[in-house]
Amino acid sequence: MTANAISDRAPARDLSIPLLILKARTFIALIAVVLFFSAAAPNFLSTANLIIMSEHVALNAFLAIGMTFVIITGGIDLSVGSIVGLCGMVAGYLVLNGVAIDLVGYTVFFNTAEIVLITLLVGIAVGFVNGILITRLNVAPFIATLGTLYVARGMALLSSDGATFPNLRGSAEWGTASFPLIGAGSFLGVPVSIWTLIVVGLGAAYLASRTPLGRYIYAVGGNERAAALSGIKVNRTKMFVYMFSGFCAAIVGLIIASQLVASHPATGETFELNAIAAAVLGGTSMSGGRGKIGGTIVGAFVIGILSDGLVMMGVSSFWQTVIKGLVIIAAVVVDQFQQRLQQKIALQRQAALGR
Amino acid sequence: MSGHEIVLSVRGATKVYPGTQALKGVDFDVRAGAVNVLVGENGAGKSTLMKIIAGVEQPTEGQVLLRGEPVTLSGTAEAARHGIGIVFQELNLFPNMTIAENIFIGREKTRLGVDIDAGAQNEAARRLMERLEHDNPPDAKVGDLRIGEQQIVEIAKVLSQDARILIMDEPTSALSAAEVDILFRVIGELKSQGVAIVYISHRLEELVRIGDYITVLRDGRITGSQEMAQVDVPWIVRAMIGSASKDFAKTIHHEFGREILSVADMTLPRKGGGFAVDHVSLSLRAGEIVGIYGLMGAGRSELFDCIMGRQPGAKGRVTLDGAELAERSIHGRIKRGIALIPEDRKAEGLVQILSVTENMAMSSLTAFTRAKVHLDVNRERETVASYVKRLAVKVAGLDNPVSSLSGGNQQKIVIGKALMTGPKVLLMDEPSRGIDIGAKAEVFRVMRQLAAEGLGILFVTSDLDEVMELSDRIIVMANGRITGEMERKDATEERVVALSAPDGSGRHRAATEQNKELVL
Repeated sequence: MTANAISDRAPARDLSIPLLILKARTFIALIAVVLFFSAAAPNFLSTANLIIMSEHVALNAFLAIGMTFVIITGGIDLSVGSIVGLCGMVAGYLVLNGVAIDLVGYTVFFNTAEIVLITLLVGIAVGFVNGILITRLNVAPFIATLGTLYVARGMALLSSDGATFPNLRGSAEWGTASFPLIGAGSFLGVPVSIWTLIVVGLGAAYLASRTPLGRYIYAVGGNERAAALSGIKVNRTKMFVYMFSGFCAAIVGLIIASQLVASHPATGETFELNAIAAAVLGGTSMSGGRGKIGGTIVGAFVIGILSDGLVMMGVSSFWQTVIKGLVIIAAVVVDQFQQRLQQKIALQRQAALGR
Repeated sequence: MSGHEIVLSVRGATKVYPGTQALKGVDFDVRAGAVNVLVGENGAGKSTLMKIIAGVEQPTEGQVLLRGEPVTLSGTAEAARHGIGIVFQELNLFPNMTIAENIFIGREKTRLGVDIDAGAQNEAARRLMERLEHDNPPDAKVGDLRIGEQQIVEIAKVLSQDARILIMDEPTSALSAAEVDILFRVIGELKSQGVAIVYISHRLEELVRIGDYITVLRDGRITGSQEMAQVDVPWIVRAMIGSASKDFAKTIHHEFGREILSVADMTLPRKGGGFAVDHVSLSLRAGEIVGIYGLMGAGRSELFDCIMGRQPGAKGRVTLDGAELAERSIHGRIKRGIALIPEDRKAEGLVQILSVTENMAMSSLTAFTRAKVHLDVNRERETVASYVKRLAVKVAGLDNPVSSLSGGNQQKIVIGKALMTGPKVLLMDEPSRGIDIGAKAEVFRVMRQLAAEGLGILFVTSDLDEVMELSDRIIVMANGRITGEMERKDATEERVVALSAPDGSGRHRAATEQNKELVL
């Protein structure tokens, strides 16, 4: 009788197809968005447009990848937008002014590779501060990164007194002539930023699925106490995700400064919200423990293509904002539905096995 | 005893949980002015039946009759309206609030429905605590109380509701003998006022002392229902465990090895004065199983935390296999060969949303890596599969979330996780908590087998049978101190129980002596 009661509710095989559709929903949404705009907006599918859109998307995707790891550990990183601004200013300052070493009376100019390295280190350093605040001083991630959001933005503004560093073309003399290529260069017809995204994306996906550190990230977010008791170095894991998030934000700062050949201290404002949106759209759970890098990247593409496509269709930017919000809410509602279905299927399989 | 009117009955109750059937067509009567005892092994379905009566769960089939009328109890609030109150086994208290606030949570005494009348609440709380003979001020924070005192608050909370049907799910698990006596006196008073009491416990001596009617559950079915006067302990035991004897896998005889773990002078200060772990020293030999018996709050789990390095405030030396454990981190200690299987599987043992494989390999991932980075997923799976087989875990798939498994199988996953780290010493905190009797026997069999393979096992339990059956040596703890240590062959139930009393009172000894032939 019981066996009937269980199997009557819903046979397992009937649920697996809807589940598959649900699991692939972000990807399906991406295809739908692309199909819709290629019909609705002329030139949408042209190579030039696709590359431009990808460049837009890439900026958000970098941040969203870093954000995904942070969210999987059960945290949040609100400071990424400010790190973008700060790192842009650091790069701009170094290209324009170099570093004056007062004692010796010299001004040291760095070449492009060194500037890139220093800028990335600045991003990682902000992440390090976030990590220390969260792990050692027990500040809630929301508050800690809200604090660094303000501090980093303030430092970006202070660095130039609020002005823009213009004309970052660099000079051959100091080996910085290649600086604009970070944003404008391309290889095999694909922009450098896209190549970078591919490398970072693949690296992050590998890290998440095939390394102990990746497992630890999921475990810490799923149940921090159980993770600690399993011998996982919880604090070190958290330090890593915030530093990685800072690293991703620094990349974005570099790319923007290079693309614009200028750095403005207000660059990157509200970028953190787009990054969170992409991660959530891609199936990352805000309560931690769940999320995929692939999903996040697809999520970033859905958001990016949606806004670019709507611009091309001439939809008012006010409406764009409304639509973006609705898409995010819908994504989370569907995600909850998928979780319940998935749980149900797993339980049915276990029930079928007997106890 | 026909004078006791049936106020509530359950008819044909069946409860199906995903993957398990907790109740199979249960009939149960609750009589007014009497103590209705419900007894059964862990996982027999007692708590599920109580949750149905208290409105926490709805039966899949069957109904609840209140004075002959079918009722649907859709929640605890509705059950409370019908005069049904329950003291849950797990404490449902807010540690950040005061005793009075806890007692009146959700039913605050208010002026004009808005302003909380703290004075009236405190006064009422004080009277309730007085009735239970406890002198904690009503504005004391619950978090600062001993576990036993917290249990008293939980009982006061239900008393304050003037329930006509009062369910108590193992109310004495953390109480000292003196506190149990007080509780029984209160139960006597309630009985004379015509309150129907449903009392769950697996301490047989208690049941025989206060029960009027007894119902025995086994594996979701009623296996016996009688007036207490008509039955004796052998009858209860037969009904509880059936024809199958309690097979705790008797010792596979083997010699013990050298001393593998020694703890010297372990001390952990308690918040608010005193010690949670009070200068504890013990030693464990390879292949030996040592059981630590004590009530809830005796400092057993805290001792394990100290040994594992989870308590930064702990002082004392831990020596593993001849070398002192200097590492303060859990990670370091696991690496040295010590593993803890925590009491609370859900909160500390498993990451519920991750798969069986991911959970089981969590502690030993570096063993499956190349160059410490690349995870060899196939090798990981093979190893997990071999442990799943060895521990006889029933899983539909290694990729299924661990939350879909039954309690016993989840426990085996936690044990497997610990074993995969290749430990020399296993610390097990209540290894059979919340798992059914079949799984329990299997867990014990595994423990025996591991000991025979040369592992040292230190386990903590508040189950007397368990400590008597499973241990080679027994250590009794109370109030953070070791109050006694004996070889299994020298141990008797009375001695162990008497030593475990937090107040060290002779009264308890008298009470147990009186019932000693009743104890299993």
